[in-house]
Amino acid sequence: MAKVFEKTKMLTDVPFHYCPGCTHGIVHRLVAECIEELGMQDKTIGVAPVGCAVFAYNYFNCDMMEAAHGRAPAVATGIKRVSPESLVFTYQGDGDLASIGMAEIVHAAARSEKITTIFINNAIYGMTGGQMAPTTLVGQVTTTSPLGRNEETQGRPVNVAEMLATINGAYYVERTSSHDVPNIIKTKKAIKKAFQYQMEGRGFSLVEVLSTCPTNWGLSPVESMGWLKENMIPQYPLGVTKDLGAAKEGDAV
Amino acid sequence: MAKELMKGNEAIAEAAVKAGCKAFFGYPITPQNQIPEYMSRRMPQIGGAFVQAESEVAAINMVYGAAGAGARVMTSSSSPGISLKQEGISYIACAELPCVIVNIVRSGPGLGGILPSQGDYFQATRGGGHGDYRLIVLAPASVQEAADLVMDGFDLADKYRIPVMVLGDGMIGQMMEPVEFQERPAVELPEKDWAATGWDGKSRDRAIVNSLYIEADVMSEVNKKLKAKYDEIEKNEVRVQNFMTDDADYVIVAFGTIARIAKNAVLKAREQGIKVGLVRPITLWPFPADAVDKISRQVKGMLVVEMNQGQMLEDVRLASEGRVPVAFYGTTGGIIPAPDDIVAELVKMKEGK
Repeated sequence: MAKVFEKTKMLTDVPFHYCPGCTHGIVHRLVAECIEELGMQDKTIGVAPVGCAVFAYNYFNCDMMEAAHGRAPAVATGIKRVSPESLVFTYQGDGDLASIGMAEIVHAAARSEKITTIFINNAIYGMTGGQMAPTTLVGQVTTTSPLGRNEETQGRPVNVAEMLATINGAYYVERTSSHDVPNIIKTKKAIKKAFQYQMEGRGFSLVEVLSTCPTNWGLSPVESMGWLKENMIPQYPLGVTKDLGAAKEGDAV
Repeated sequence: MAKELMKGNEAIAEAAVKAGCKAFFGYPITPQNQIPEYMSRRMPQIGGAFVQAESEVAAINMVYGAAGAGARVMTSSSSPGISLKQEGISYIACAELPCVIVNIVRSGPGLGGILPSQGDYFQATRGGGHGDYRLIVLAPASVQEAADLVMDGFDLADKYRIPVMVLGDGMIGQMMEPVEFQERPAVELPEKDWAATGWDGKSRDRAIVNSLYIEADVMSEVNKKLKAKYDEIEKNEVRVQNFMTDDADYVIVAFGTIARIAKNAVLKAREQGIKVGLVRPITLWPFPADAVDKISRQVKGMLVVEMNQGQMLEDVRLASEGRVPVAFYGTTGGIIPAPDDIVAELVKMKEGK
């Protein structure tokens, strides 16, 4: 029988530890497929975060480093500066990137580090049990916003893709989603483009992927996909927020 | 090579270049600014990397990345900045990455002052960050020795896969002295087959640079492995210098620039008929406990002199096990003791006051 699908060699055979309905596994596969399709297997060095993806170094079948909470862009900077031919990526969640690691991501973008960040936004801290994140929606119930995020005392969500688009050094920033097949296909295209830009020696790139957390949202996997679409996309509109490559080629940014 | 007149900070930076350092990550803080300034000029000349990081936190994590990718890498800072680096140093210690960290110590706590101090002895020799680990800590007493210890530091770091701290103070960093960068014999060092450099799937195992071990027995094995390494370092790498101790009735124990002042105090005290010697630890960790133990069996008393309120004092008391009185003289805030002040303390000690 003809083989119609094969798991990418860029993922190990270790079973994912992710909860049912969490889209980390999907995004891991997309990243891994892009690395393989670009022929960068032996040149890729990934940096895992602190958070649900902390064990990413067990899953990506390439050299990996585990960073301290929020520091992945600094670690990736160190790697890329001494190993400029490598494809260097960080894989970070919203607590890691948008809270404790806000300085590191902004300055990696400002320096236009030739690295790529895959940013998973699921509007909550997953690993530690469902606390409020900078990306938590107004009114969203979490274990540290039990009455719903109060914009008076707990502020409003941080829109990372829009914020980083204002940083002069950022080269390519796009927000995609993982809640259905067409959006998953778009996510893969964005990740591949970000990697290609890095391989061409252009600047800093980041793909923000809206993702689910059924366990901490208290929803079923299917309900989670709907919740993301209904609630997260209005706050976090999908699309390119910055693409200097497209601008150079005369396209609309 | 001819001797050059150099500022301590610049000599430290050039020594790193001579030792094959290929990346430097830093952040401005007085009194160590000449190190990153020098590196920003020098690194591009040798095809190395220089980044002025957004913070000391970022700088030490850049060190983690570059060291994890197999490069010789250094960072430098001064006390408040070193506090910020402690998180990263703890991760580097657990991931067993080699690197050199320079601390040009200023007075504290808090923002403190920019004048010289030795107040970071505890932080340097007890690990400094969270968890159960050690750094090799080297304490130079001259600009020449600072340069030599930086070069040795890179070899020690690679040999044991451990972060090495060069603990200077504002005086070492800012004063100018003649320095010579000597040709050094090549040292045989282990191959960095653990580094993340891109994996071809066959020539070695996949590299995972990591400090996370959530299973108790696995974490415990990592701790035991680190301890075995620290034991080995304690056995092999202690450095100490004795001065006029052979016939001494008393000894001063002092490190770094203060040991130079103490040396003058030794000579002055001998003019007054007090037979004094000096024990100068060069490695603060591993601490030369055997040398202190030995001298404590010979003398009537020991005087520890530090630019702090008594930190190495504890190690001297531990090593001498109460055999003789151990007195202390310390200055703080950037006040530097004069030889006569130290002699006065020796006289008091001799008179049993």
